[in-house]
Amino acid sequence: MLLGRVIGTVVPAVLVDELSATPLLWVQPLTRDGKAEGDPLVCADGTRMAGPGQIIYWVASREAALALDPWFVPVDDAIVGLVDDVRLYTPKELR
Amino acid sequence: MILGRIVGNVVSTIHHSIVEGRKLLVAERLDSNGCPTGGYVIAFDAIGAGQGETVLILDEGNGARQILDDANAPVRSIVVGIVDAVELESS
Repeated sequence: MLLGRVIGTVVPAVLVDELSATPLLWVQPLTRDGKAEGDPLVCADGTRMAGPGQIIYWVASREAALALDPWFVPVDDAIVGLVDDVRLYTPKELR
Repeated sequence: MILGRIVGNVVSTIHHSIVEGRKLLVAERLDSNGCPTGGYVIAFDAIGAGQGETVLILDEGNGARQILDDANAPVRSIVVGIVDAVELESS
């Protein structure tokens, strides 16, 4: 799983039936310290609770489908949970 | 499997049910010399790994689901070992 920030929503006009009940969100992948890294991607939101500005963690490929309900759906990436806090240990704590 | 070092954890209250009661660890990826590659992964914990420890991370979905004993878990990365030392043949 990797971190990401929701940067927008996607409203499809026509969509395969399997995905019609799932919210689709634009997600900018993040480094572990919260900096944008790589190109934004569209994630299906398995939690149905994420919105723009929210930090989330997401999975890709088959795990993405498994994060959704129903799970046998054609997706690349899906949100598994919302992040309250990423606690990174200080260099002193890591010694 | 990949080598990593536990550098943090993720706090999450709204999540998929598989995350309930489990610890999410932030692990930086290490190369064969033990140096950070710059990449990271958020992994589940199967063994009780702690901060700063060098760990072995299974980065494959079917193996991870087998360890969690849940055929539908949306999980790919899971910490499966704590590493004492990595020995490399000197070239």
